[in-house]
Amino acid sequence: MFDWRWDFTLNILPRLIEATGNTLLAAGIGYAIAVVIGLALALAQRTPFRALTLAVREAVEFIRSTPLILQIFFVFYVGPQFGIRLSPWVAGMIAIGLHYASYLSEVYRGGLDSVPRGQWEACAALNLSPARTYFRVIIPQALPPSLAGMGNYLVGIFKDTPMLSVIGVAELMHTATAIGSESYRYLEPYTLVGLIFLAISLPSAALIRAFEAWVRKKLGMTR
Amino acid sequence: MTDQDMSKYPLRLADDKVPMVRFMNVTKRYGDLVVLDSLDLDVDEGEMVTVIGPSGSGKTTVLRMLMTLETINGGVIYVDGEPLTHMEKGGRLVPADRRHIRRMRANIGMCFQHFNLFPHMTALENCMEAPVHVLGLPKAEARDRSIELLGMVGLEDKVDQHPARLSGGQQQRVAIARALAMRPKVMLFDEVTSALDPEVIGEVTNVIRKLVDQHNLTMLMVTHQMGFAKEISDRVCFFYDGKIEEQGPPSEIFGSPQKERTQQFLSAVLEAG
Amino acid sequence: MMSYSAFLTEYGPRFLDGATVTAIQTVLAAILAIVIALVAGLMRLSANVVPRWVATTYIEIFRGTSLLVQLYWIFFVLPLFGITLEKFTAGFVAVGMNLGAYGAELVRGAILSVPRGQWEAAIALNMTGAQRMRRIILPQAMVIMLPPWGNLLIELLKGTALVSLIAVADLMFEAKQINGTTFLSAQAFGTALIIYYAMARFVITPAMRGLERRMRRRLSRA
Repeated sequence: MFDWRWDFTLNILPRLIEATGNTLLAAGIGYAIAVVIGLALALAQRTPFRALTLAVREAVEFIRSTPLILQIFFVFYVGPQFGIRLSPWVAGMIAIGLHYASYLSEVYRGGLDSVPRGQWEACAALNLSPARTYFRVIIPQALPPSLAGMGNYLVGIFKDTPMLSVIGVAELMHTATAIGSESYRYLEPYTLVGLIFLAISLPSAALIRAFEAWVRKKLGMTR
Repeated sequence: MTDQDMSKYPLRLADDKVPMVRFMNVTKRYGDLVVLDSLDLDVDEGEMVTVIGPSGSGKTTVLRMLMTLETINGGVIYVDGEPLTHMEKGGRLVPADRRHIRRMRANIGMCFQHFNLFPHMTALENCMEAPVHVLGLPKAEARDRSIELLGMVGLEDKVDQHPARLSGGQQQRVAIARALAMRPKVMLFDEVTSALDPEVIGEVTNVIRKLVDQHNLTMLMVTHQMGFAKEISDRVCFFYDGKIEEQGPPSEIFGSPQKERTQQFLSAVLEAG
Repeated sequence: MMSYSAFLTEYGPRFLDGATVTAIQTVLAAILAIVIALVAGLMRLSANVVPRWVATTYIEIFRGTSLLVQLYWIFFVLPLFGITLEKFTAGFVAVGMNLGAYGAELVRGAILSVPRGQWEAAIALNMTGAQRMRRIILPQAMVIMLPPWGNLLIELLKGTALVSLIAVADLMFEAKQINGTTFLSAQAFGTALIIYYAMARFVITPAMRGLERRMRRRLSRA
């Protein structure tokens, strides 16, 4: 088929699979950063300090509406200008982690907003501390409606990792491009990259949906 | 369904006395649940038949099948002597294709519990939409016809309003005008007053009353308003568990029901007021 | 060190050129995405399995892989199949096809959320399937899907930044070039970030809000 070479395919497959490990690692670290920073960004918008709320809101808006690839370049190149050297991995994780933190903060915000006012009032009436209110009452209820969005962004961050290749993170896309420029063959590496992405993201999406249903059931939120 | 089964259904009804609507041995199932069980029901031209019964008795399904919103699982429905759910092919009845259904559907109009007016069109546009785009009437003619009908339902001053600006009673009257604009032979009213506030029910029942008095329309109505059914119907059918338990003129059904279930149902709804 | 105003005087025109290319890429990709979304979204709802299956496959492939992978595939691999797209075309085609797959799901969801009664009323008025869709369902679905389309168009704008990687001279590309010659990374990339933000926040978002208001008024849902 269209000059597809199987020997070449088998030859490069181990390298690509190894690079897939890096892709998954990058997605995992980036997501972990995003989950935590995202929560901080969401909670920062619920403090009584209006200036802080507005500043965080605007920052989230800014990060969400500008291209991730540009942010990756920005983080990677601006450091050295001021004498701070970041490795491609560190710069990449900061950029992608912050980008997805801004998405996740919106997901959390939606989840928190979906908790009825009466729940807060009940906590106040019971004189629960703010920490206890959040962690024991509000967040458990805000979680299930947030899960679908969180799952989508987990798959999303995985699919955005190829952008890290532009600053030299040796993930899948970077490896495929390297193979292409060594061998002058792009058909097999780029097609395989596409197939690897499909093979991971399609089952993941299904798995996430199943997990979401399981959590809802576990929390007794479905009939 | 085998050919053997279909042979007992005529290709069209004999000419001497043809009912406007005939349900012949009609069955409707959802999975294992039998909603209608071998229903036989004739409605004559110009007759007003009211269908009453507890919820889940299949009464709304009768109308929805006639409007072809539901398929049927057995039997044949005829409209004006011609099969609706089936068509003739090589001397036998086969399930109707889309074209046949569209041709036959032109005979039937329907009003719904929740009006289902098109929210992006004014009252007048709602009425003109199908006459222009389905019947192919010139716009001016469709407009005249629609304005006349909107006048008939008492809404001449609301023609340019969108549904969101109309009360429930007004919306339902627009819906009646919209259905009539297609000049159907049979009109179906599916619980048209159930979603209305009590004080506006009269607006809608008055329009239906007017239709009964002034037009020779064949009508089938599902309602929970026993008083209105009693006053306006030529015949009342009491449905129970997918079957007609009892039917007759309203004086008999409401005055001296024969079956125990009819008596129970009527005393329950009359008690509830 | 060069002052920022001197930097802008020197490189402003190049940022402007790049922003123009980004705007053109965005508009062309958006048109393609809207057409694909409508066609694929409707095919997903077809009663016939063949169009349904074709659309589902398309959507799963384009949503299951990365835009960057698709862009490289279209630009570097497609020529091996005899289809060579010039880089400018390959750029907006990749972005449009990718976002079109996401848009198709929005179209489908919006159509399905038009109340059942609207379909039934259209059937009762004996409209054909095409008339029902075009005159009754789509106008209502349009209003439902406009807000998520606003977000999608911002994603699309962001997506066009990737075309710089196949050397389309868009805003991202110019920023990289300027960074390469001046090493003023904060100024080069920062200015580009601000321009992208302005395009999203002060062009796309207000335009979509305005469109939404107009549509809603036409639907007259007070």
